[in-house]
Amino acid sequence: MSETVIRVENLSKKYIIGHQKQERYTALRDVLAEGAKSIGRKLLKPGKRVSDPGGEEFWALKEVSFEIKQGDRVGIIGRNGAGKSTLLKILSRITEPTSGRISIKGRVASLLEVGTGFHPELTGRENIYLNGAILGMSKAEIKKKFDEIVAFAEVEKFLDTPVKRYSSGMYVRLAFAVAAHLEPEILVVDEVLAVGDAQFQNKCLGKMGEVAREGRTVLFVSHNLSAVQSLCQTGIYLDSGKINTIGNISTTLAAYQQTVFDNSTGKSETIEVAQGQVKFTKWQLAGSLTQHEHSCYSREECKFVLTLVTRRQITGVNIGFAIWNSDEKLIIAASSLDGGKTYLSLEEGVYEFVFKVRLPLKSDTYHLDVSVNTDEGQLDRWQPATQLLVLPNLQTNLPEIWQGLLNEEVEFELQNVSTPILEGN
Amino acid sequence: MVNHSQTELIIEAGRTETQYWKDLWRYRELFYFLAWRDILVRYKQTVIGIAWALIRPFLTMIVFTVVFGNLAKLPSEGAPYPIMVFAGMLPWQFFSGALSECSNSLITNSNLISKVYFPRLIVPASAVIVSFVDFLVAGMILLALMAWYNFVPSWRILTLPVFILIAFAASMGAGLWLAALNVKYRDFRYVVPFIIQFGLYISPVGFPSSIVPQQWRFLYALNPMVGVIDGFRWAIIGGQAELYWPSFLLSLGLVILLFGGGIWYFRKTERTFADVI
Repeated sequence: MSETVIRVENLSKKYIIGHQKQERYTALRDVLAEGAKSIGRKLLKPGKRVSDPGGEEFWALKEVSFEIKQGDRVGIIGRNGAGKSTLLKILSRITEPTSGRISIKGRVASLLEVGTGFHPELTGRENIYLNGAILGMSKAEIKKKFDEIVAFAEVEKFLDTPVKRYSSGMYVRLAFAVAAHLEPEILVVDEVLAVGDAQFQNKCLGKMGEVAREGRTVLFVSHNLSAVQSLCQTGIYLDSGKINTIGNISTTLAAYQQTVFDNSTGKSETIEVAQGQVKFTKWQLAGSLTQHEHSCYSREECKFVLTLVTRRQITGVNIGFAIWNSDEKLIIAASSLDGGKTYLSLEEGVYEFVFKVRLPLKSDTYHLDVSVNTDEGQLDRWQPATQLLVLPNLQTNLPEIWQGLLNEEVEFELQNVSTPILEGN
Repeated sequence: MVNHSQTELIIEAGRTETQYWKDLWRYRELFYFLAWRDILVRYKQTVIGIAWALIRPFLTMIVFTVVFGNLAKLPSEGAPYPIMVFAGMLPWQFFSGALSECSNSLITNSNLISKVYFPRLIVPASAVIVSFVDFLVAGMILLALMAWYNFVPSWRILTLPVFILIAFAASMGAGLWLAALNVKYRDFRYVVPFIIQFGLYISPVGFPSSIVPQQWRFLYALNPMVGVIDGFRWAIIGGQAELYWPSFLLSLGLVILLFGGGIWYFRKTERTFADVI
């Protein structure tokens, strides 16, 4: 079963990007003008080659090599412009590589866009046939699956209406339904789940999981990391056209999130504290296994270190600490008074407060919310722009909808209550 | 499921796919579907629908008959003038329609080109088919005209399919060149209407090519449509319409060159279509 179906060797793709030129396409006059210029140059300075000044080389992919085995579900992740889509386009033969070699065993169906080739004037029924043919299905195949497609898309009533009168939701459902009923050996999918409502997205993910379980090879590009995580077992992290990390999906995702995070910490605030003021100036995590001061692994013991600067003496102090998730739901709140501790009195100076907590949260970004309260009332409340990133470290096969807020380890065991009585012995 | 088509596909830079023609055959259903789509869409949301394919050539024919036949009193090679005009207009309208559809076909299907793989030759080829359907519809006018004038064609009408094939090759050849060039240089968007407009005057559509002075007739055939139209007239009108063989062969040679060159250029450039479209 673990035969190599896709082998990519030193694959590179170069684009020439024009600078000053405004047009999307080349105009004939430019070609003629350039031609005349280069002849002129050759006459004036023979033997000297001048490169085109308007164009600059851009390597969308550079020396990429990997192998994919039969039945692998591979997630390709990376930032915009990292070369993910270029890779898929080359794999599906839409464009050709500049150098390198790919060998593929089996029929490839690529789904780079939902509803490619749908014609607005044609009816739903006609578009199913047209789109199916474009995606590489035979007429007999489409006929066989026609009812299934219609049922999946939930558009029975509108089959004979031109799709230009469809709502955008119906349009997308129909388009995905056709694509979902393709039966290739290798399925290449690019970011199609970015459309449709949440319910339909889950339906699509479920369908793709089904395809994968049938032993077909799936290549999936998405920015929806949890979708990638739930669907794929192998990951390829592309960074500026090169492979940064390849391997287990969790490792790859962690590596990706780490770099994304490193790039977003540049905007951390610097806070000035004037005479007579009290302010938080910094927060960080101490001793996390992630080696990063603003991220931790799920279920890891975390030490949040808050730096408070006070430019005067304050009394009756208590420090509040809270974590919110990205949906603005309060995850946890604590105060320095918890557990019967006393109010604090602080001289002028710089203080560090440590909140130690174990966060069994699902992988996501969270934000902090800290405050300093005294007899005089609240002196400072700070919601740092730098967010907390919780990285996954638990292997799960559950799809996205079944990922709760908590990512706690659940033990499973099987107990034999009674053994079957073996007859005839 | 797993066993079939285990042939290994190799993707490499500059590799001319050996499977291309096989792929073209495998994707023939897509070809039908694209042609079917274009035919279906062509007259959607029009009141008189396919009747447009009849009205346009019919009105043009009347104008040409009045201007060239009645006012300029040009000869008609022994047949009623409308039939003579129409025998020339059929291939011309086919050619001009195919040329404009074909040259735009890749641009209008750019979303397909940049998102799905298939042999690109399918797109311009199916565009030509649409014009061919119009051609067949317009052909009914010719039959009606023949009935009206009690005109019985000779045995030569049986050779008409050969000339249709030549017209096909001419439209396809020119169309492929322009389609491929149009992807990269949108200048050809403006060139095509010009070719069509200009071509109508320099091709023997409204008049027989016999009125061209003898010493110029060979040169005149540098326009490949001259050979195609002369061939149509020769087959349909019969009788007095004589084929001037040197000029016909020159046109035929040019058509073959145009067609072969068109396929060669299209194949050469199609690999980069998705990058530049």
